[in-house]
Parts: sequence; structure tokens; C-alpha cells
Amino acid sequence: MTNQTSLTKSENTLRSQPTVETESPSSTDYAYPPDKIFFGLLNCSALCTIALLIAIFITLIVHSLPSLKAFGITFLLTKTWDPVFGVFGALPFLIGTLLTSFLALAISLPFSLSIAIFLGEYFREGTASSLLKSAVELLAGIPSVIYGFWGLFVLVPLIRIVEMKLGVAPYGIGILTSAVVLAIMIIPYSASLGTEVIQLVPSDLKEAAFSLGATRFEVIGKVILPFARSGIVAGILLSLGRALGETMAVTMVIGNSNFLPTNIFSPANTMASVIANEFAEATETIYVSSLVEIGLLLFIVTMLVNLIGKYIINRMSVRVHHE
Amino acid sequence: MSEHTLSLRIIKDRGFKTLVILFSFITIVPLLFILFHIIKNGIGVINWQFLTSLPKPVGEVGGGIANAIVGTFILIVMSCMLSIPLGVSAGIYLSERREGWLASLVRLSVDILQGIPSIVMGILAYAWVVLSLGTFSAFSGSVALGIMMLPIIVRSTEETLKLIPEMLKEASLSLGVPYYRTVLRVILPAGASGIVTGILLSVARVAGETAPLLFTAFGSPFMDVNIFKPVNSLPLVIFNYATSPYPSWHQLAWGASLVLVGMVLTLNFSAKLVTKRWKVQF
Repeated sequence: MTNQTSLTKSENTLRSQPTVETESPSSTDYAYPPDKIFFGLLNCSALCTIALLIAIFITLIVHSLPSLKAFGITFLLTKTWDPVFGVFGALPFLIGTLLTSFLALAISLPFSLSIAIFLGEYFREGTASSLLKSAVELLAGIPSVIYGFWGLFVLVPLIRIVEMKLGVAPYGIGILTSAVVLAIMIIPYSASLGTEVIQLVPSDLKEAAFSLGATRFEVIGKVILPFARSGIVAGILLSLGRALGETMAVTMVIGNSNFLPTNIFSPANTMASVIANEFAEATETIYVSSLVEIGLLLFIVTMLVNLIGKYIINRMSVRVHHE
Repeated sequence: MSEHTLSLRIIKDRGFKTLVILFSFITIVPLLFILFHIIKNGIGVINWQFLTSLPKPVGEVGGGIANAIVGTFILIVMSCMLSIPLGVSAGIYLSERREGWLASLVRLSVDILQGIPSIVMGILAYAWVVLSLGTFSAFSGSVALGIMMLPIIVRSTEETLKLIPEMLKEASLSLGVPYYRTVLRVILPAGASGIVTGILLSVARVAGETAPLLFTAFGSPFMDVNIFKPVNSLPLVIFNYATSPYPSWHQLAWGASLVLVGMVLTLNFSAKLVTKRWKVQF
């Protein structure tokens, strides 16, 4: 009896051996049991990453249900955020996030574009370029809480002086300060992607323009930038995604005011900073779930911005490889 | 006339180049400023006592960040334990199954995971771990950090293993080596440096994260190695001290910043060194 089973087993292994040999190595069925287990594990880990994402989404929705039910769409349009009376409207934070992020983008753009042109076209290698490259990498490596700390103790007094000169209320902290800190933080993202796409511009295109007598400035303006445009836009989108979700640096220098900002100097709060400030203190269900709903919104918005950015990059790299 | 326009064009060209160089190097100024302030204010604070003693209440002289250093270490080790096995095997999956709907779905999820704001990760770890255990804990912080590390590890593993030539795999298979051993003993060792680089970079990224720890690891003034209790970490210490009204705590925060920046930059630097010294070359 035992003998027989062992015989059939060995027969099975013998029979299954040839299937391994004949099929291509990338086939899905491996008859050899350890291979089956191994592939089972790999499949499992792949499914885990997907399950993780779905779980994140469901968790956020479930925990924001009370506020979704109570406020519906008015959540986005109400400008009062008053935990004492249980009135929650996210409008001040939406405006705060949009203002800081786009202002930061506007401030960072000339710098990141210059770095991209510098590293991608003017100085592809050499001391100057490796110096600048390491500086950009260092900027990307500094933790955000350090940016916030530095902003609070060095930048805030500077901005206060500027505000006094301009004759506005000298808070020092506020939307402008956070936008400046954010701008420094996001430069590396758009700069490094911009450098890559500018380096991808085919040299025959550039040489053709040079041979017609174009100056380098004209080549950059009329050949390189139009060719690299979509990649540069993608880099800007990715750094926007980063700016939208950035928490600590902004929390420390924006002033944490839950009122609708009146101008770019006024203290405000962003979606991320209000969560950072109030989540640990929130006790009532509706308060917590309003904060989670802000988190859900933030998640969806950054996801869309990032996915559009990635889509543009993929399309562009396909185009470059075809040419 | 044409002379004139030509010189104008040349002037524009030179002007543009100067502008590009100028703007590029202005970017270095804030970096130098930040490093300068951290080193200037931090270096005086750091001494043996600062690194080895516990925080003291306001008003007492001295006090250190020993528990924050230990806490950061605990958080990093635990988040590595959570994220490396899953991340590396998902990376292997992606490099072995390059086509197919599941692979592209996994890639999409990894991309989305990478973009999730860190504060949202804090909410998730709070909802999953803190609510079910009923207390803030080092474990919940590691869950948040581990999920943040995952996408970087998956992507770097995939990219590295894709570079390894098919020949290597075919040679091993042709000798009758089973598939799983081929992957574990031939492909993984060949790509080890890239995977290690990815892990170092992901650690460097989460070592400085504060937002996901605010309501998970929470911070504590005690030395605690119990992973189911609140734990302190360097970024949390910097945040709490920097936003406090006491100048002596600000000094401690500068010291902690110097330690943290030193740590993160060392990690980034060693990641670079690993790639350079121990490159995947074929």
C-alpha cells in the first residue's frame, strides 16, 4: 500500500519533469512542488500590495462615513470649522492647501527649470554639474521636520521684516512662509525629472537646429523645451503631489488658523496640517471622521495628480523609444 | 541691420546662460543656510551626556535624547522587518512577470502607495493598530513607516533584477537547478547591491518622517523598549521641542536635528557607496 503510493508519487514527478523542460521558463505552471510554493508566495506578495491599497481606501471611507453622511457635499463648501459646536467645513483648508501648493510651485519653477537646463544641456558633466547634483540630492534628503524647524527660526524672522516693510500684519508665519519652505523642498523633484527628459532630447534634432545657425538659447527655446515639454509638466505634477501632501514643514510655519485666509500673508491651515494638529485631540466621532474625510480627499487628490504625472512620463518614454 | 540682430541674438544667448547658472546656484543658498544653522546651533549641544541621558522636565539643566535615538532605531528595525520580505518578493514577482494584468495592477498600486501623503499613513496606522490595541505604540508607528518603505523597496528590487541578463537564469536552469533556487541563489545575489541600495534609501526616507508618528508612536519621555508602548523618536523630539516656548528646549532640538541630519545623510551616502562599489554590471 505504502509502496504503491510512493511509486505513483515518483511516477508523477517523473511525468511532470518533461513539462518543465519543454515549456518556456516564463510559463506559469511549475510542476516541481517547491517551485509551486515559491510562485505561490510571489503571487501572494503581489496580491498583498493590491490588497493593501484596497484596504487603505476602504478604511478611509469607512472612518469618514459619519461626516460624509452628516455634511455631504457641503463639507467642501462650508467655511466654518468649529469643533465646539460640531460644525465642520473644509473650505479654509482646501483654499489653504491650494494657495500654498501653487504658490510654492510658482516660486520653485524658475529654479527647478534652470537646474534642469543646467544639468541637462549646458553642463552635463564636470565639477560644476556634480556639485549641483549633490546639492539637489542633499536638498531632497533633508527631513521635512528640519525644514519646518529651520523655517520657524530663520525664515520667519526674515519674512517678518519683509512684512513690516510692506506694512502688513507682521505675523511672520503664514501662507507665504510655508510656500517658500515648500518651494525649497520640491525643487529637487521637478529638477531631477526635468534633467532626465532634457537629456533625452535626440541630438540630431539639436544639431539640425545648430546647423541652421541657431544660437544655443534658440535651440533650448525652440527645440529642447518643446520636445521635453510633457516630461517637464510631469515633473511639475509630481512635485505638486508632493507639495499637496507635505505635512510637517507646513504645520510648523503656517500659523494654524482655521479661518478662511484673506491674503497670502495671513496664517492658515492646509488639509495635511489640520490633521496633524487636531487628530490626536479629536474625541467626538464626527470630529475624527471629518478629519479622516480630509485625509481621504487628500489621498484622492494626490493620487490623481501623481497618476496623471506617471501617465505622461510613460507616454513620453514610449515616444522617445520609438524615435 | 543683420549685424545688429546677430549681436542681439548672441547677447540673448549669453544672458540666458548667465541667468540659468545664476538661478541654479541660488538653489544651493538655502541648502547651505540650513546646514550652517543646524551645525552652528547643534554642535555645541552634542556631547556624551546629550546622547546618553533621558529628557528632563522644563527648567532642569541638561537632558538628552537617548530614548529618541533608541526609539528611532526600534521603529526602523521593525518597519524593515515588516516591509523588506513583502517588498522584495513583490519586486521579484514584477521582474519575473513583466507582462500581464496582475503585474500592471501591482505596478499601479505601488505607484499609488508611493504617492500617499505621510499624514494619511498616520491615520491608517491609527485606525488599524492604535484603535485595535487601544494604545499608542511603537508597533503602530512601524506599520505606518513600513507601508511608506514598501513602494521604494519594490521598485528598486524590480529595476535591479530586470538588469540581470536572461543568460544567467538560463544557464542555471539548464543545469537542472530548480526555478526557486535559481531565483534565490543566482538572481537575488547578482542583484543584491541594488536591493540593498533601495532598502537604505527607503530607511533614509522614513527615518526623518514625523507626520505618521504623531498619533501612532506618539512620543514618550521614558526609555521604553516595549513595542506595544508609546516610543520617542528623533523627528518627534525635534517637532515637540521646536514648537515649545522654551529656549533651552530649542537648543536640544538643534542638537537632535544635527544628529538626525547626520544619520539621514549617512544613509543616503552609504546607499550611493553601495551602488558605486558593488555595482550590478554585466
